Amino acid sequence: MHVTLSVNGTEHALDIDPRTTLLDALRDHLDLTGTKKGCDHGQCGACTILLDGKRINSCLTLAVMHEGDAITTVEGLSTPDALSPLQAAFVAHDGYQCGYCTPGQICSATGMLEEIAAGWPSHVTDDLEADPALTREEISERMSGNLCRCSAYPNIVDAIAEVGGAAK
Amino acid sequence: MNITFKMDEPVGSSLLDHTRQNVISRPIDRIEGPLKVAGRARYSAEFKFPGMVHGVLVGSTIPAGTITGINETRARALPGVLAVVTDYETFLRNPGQGLETEAPAQGVREIAYFGQPVALVVAETFEAARNAAGALDIAYAPAEARLDFRALQSEARPKESSQKSQGDLDRAMMDAAASIDAVWTTPSQNSAAMEPHASTALWEGDTLIVYGAYQMLSSDRQQLADALGLAPDKVRIIAHYVGGGFGAKLGISQESVAAALAARALNRPVQVVMTRQQVFEATVRRSETIQRVRLAAGADGRLTGIGHETITANLPDEDFSEPASASTQFLYGGEARRFGNSIVTLNQVLSASMRAPGEAVGMLALEGAMDELAEALDIDPVELRKRNLPPRHPMDDLPFSSRSLAECLDHGASAFGWADRNPRPANRREGEWWIGQGMAAAARSNMLITSSARVTLGTDSRALIETDMTDIGTGTYTILAQIAAEMLGLPVEAIDVHLGDTAFPAAAGSGGSFGAASAGTSVYLACKRLRETLAERIGATPEELVLSEGMARRGNAAKPFSELVTEPLVATATVEPGKTEENFVQAAFGAHFAEVGVHVHTGEIRVRRMHGTFAAGRILNEKTARSQCIGGMVFGIGTALTEELVHDTRLGTIVNHDLAEYHLPVHADVPRIDVVFLEERDHAANPLLAKGIGELGISGAGAAIANAVYNACGMRVRDFPLTLDKLIAHLPDPDAVQP
Repeated sequence: MHVTLSVNGTEHALDIDPRTTLLDALRDHLDLTGTKKGCDHGQCGACTILLDGKRINSCLTLAVMHEGDAITTVEGLSTPDALSPLQAAFVAHDGYQCGYCTPGQICSATGMLEEIAAGWPSHVTDDLEADPALTREEISERMSGNLCRCSAYPNIVDAIAEVGGAAK
Repeated sequence: MNITFKMDEPVGSSLLDHTRQNVISRPIDRIEGPLKVAGRARYSAEFKFPGMVHGVLVGSTIPAGTITGINETRARALPGVLAVVTDYETFLRNPGQGLETEAPAQGVREIAYFGQPVALVVAETFEAARNAAGALDIAYAPAEARLDFRALQSEARPKESSQKSQGDLDRAMMDAAASIDAVWTTPSQNSAAMEPHASTALWEGDTLIVYGAYQMLSSDRQQLADALGLAPDKVRIIAHYVGGGFGAKLGISQESVAAALAARALNRPVQVVMTRQQVFEATVRRSETIQRVRLAAGADGRLTGIGHETITANLPDEDFSEPASASTQFLYGGEARRFGNSIVTLNQVLSASMRAPGEAVGMLALEGAMDELAEALDIDPVELRKRNLPPRHPMDDLPFSSRSLAECLDHGASAFGWADRNPRPANRREGEWWIGQGMAAAARSNMLITSSARVTLGTDSRALIETDMTDIGTGTYTILAQIAAEMLGLPVEAIDVHLGDTAFPAAAGSGGSFGAASAGTSVYLACKRLRETLAERIGATPEELVLSEGMARRGNAAKPFSELVTEPLVATATVEPGKTEENFVQAAFGAHFAEVGVHVHTGEIRVRRMHGTFAAGRILNEKTARSQCIGGMVFGIGTALTEELVHDTRLGTIVNHDLAEYHLPVHADVPRIDVVFLEERDHAANPLLAKGIGELGISGAGAAIANAVYNACGMRVRDFPLTLDKLIAHLPDPDAVQP
């Protein structure tokens, strides 16, 4: 099937098997391997990307469904020479070890900070009417779909808290 | 320039204490960090080659029996399918164990466990291969399978090499003022590294190149060559980045041989990535254990006897047995001692090393027993441990190379606020939660493994390190650069580190907490040799030589490297373990403290904070070392509270073979974690005076949590993990203590 994907601001015309997930289209057809496959079942979050600014698991959707959508992968957030604030904070706080879940954590955190800014509540938000505060508890709760077996969690939360301007 | 150094005697001093560049030990950022956070570090399934095709493994659907036939008709008829690759003799039945140089068990016509990979379906695309893999018709003659560990425990066969005893433990138990004799059980577990096992295989003439997700490339290369009947120099493994290992990638796994065979048959590069389910079903696991621990003590709390006997499981003909008593044997004193393992033969996937094989589950039992003994004697748990530190190895009569355990216990207790703990269980309530605190000691043996590296000092005042050592998230790239920068007087930015390619000198690999010290020592030695050459060139003795800012100095005389190095200077160094391994007990030590909440109605357990104080010789990078310890401590949370592979005892399947059902700790499960390192140098370990830390953090961490659960709600659960179903029926009266 033909589909045109808009990834990191560039249009890519693809002729692909309709069974191809968005994740596999990125990795195998566009050579954007920053987006990782950890489970292929939406259980680990390593494949998290931003779709029209919202975070999703790219393994749980088919590429042909995304004609015209704005897809942002970790490669679209920066270059190695000019990291995004979150990427730089992950380096400074050692918010990773092996690095395999890291692009997903960073894409997820990018989307998550927008969700908090937009006032979305979470399971740990006390007052559903008020704007949620960026606390460590909120960050941890909202990032729990992104597994890290190296268990850099406390450092990841430090990195996100710093960039998001969390209350100490 | 080639040099070999054998660690036969303790080293007097390390150059790292005299070079004064202020680079070693500093918490600098990982040098490969920008590549990782930008998604530009490439892992094994992320290399592409012209004509590359995809393979999907097919696993057996019975746990024991024989394949009677494979019908390829339906699979081959699907569009895009290129081949169904089967090779009953050559396919790997098992993944490999760490440091083995021979192929793991081969031959897949006989089925030894559910999910054993038996065929590879190759197609032009991953989608076609995945679909066709489900259309392969395999006929089996099933055989009776051995699947129920607990039911078969009476058939366990002793592992002779593990049996050790001294004195009369039964007598000591009878004569003791207080004693503990109880059984702890721990479940089957999986390393569950985030990157699934993967190999991208291609042939260049008669040489096989595999981009493989492996931890120990030089021995993995030998395993792979042996499996395929090749000379080792006809196999090259490349692993620049590895997405976690934790033991599961120590040896080669089944996809490597399948990919190599398919690539040869099709004359095209082949990429094979295990599904997450296959990682659970076919790569190594940690065995379930049944551990009997006995402690005998006098009224003063001094141990008079200690026993730690363990039953584990493995496949037929496999003798790896989780060495749960590994650290018990030297951690505490007591004249009468008994240790030993026995193995139940099961048709379950291979048991092998997972992070801290031995201590990770053994310390749950030992340190739980010590907590119980402390209560029985009414002695503070920290004090009880300090009273029982033996002056020398209690059986081998060897000195400790270094042991700052008492200092770790004191420092940790103070930092955590242990003195404020209420020792009476179920006596502190906050809202809907019982609050409790617990502690445990940490210990993990230290090793040195033969390791080589080449260091080239270029004419551009930059240095290049080359070794087939891996960085699986441990920080290897960074600490090797720091060692070279410190030794050569260059900034870290002037050091290039090339790892993960068997074309480079063979290293120890990442495993057993020996990687940093072993590979680091080889880099240290090569740099030391380069320093000697530079000293000669400015007419200095090595002792007089000062290197800094790319200059070589002797007194007030100084020359830039650019004048001294007119063509590249190359030194290759190898470190080998020697007599200090036999003459000293070498281990890193620490102390864990944990605070938990246990929900008064549901029994849900939440870890509220953890503190670890560790001493592991010189710390090579305080930032990456801290992360290693945090990672180990979080593994301890999973071990204590959530992780359990559930093996179906009728079908042989793994019931929870994915990341939704095998519960790793997630962000919300992990509280603030404090890690402190005490200053220490270990002169018998290696010339860096450093010890391993990759597994120290997990050792004892889960025990501190379990002991905190007891302190919170008064329930001793000796069957891990401590899920709420084991607590809920026996929770104390929530109204006994008011919040």
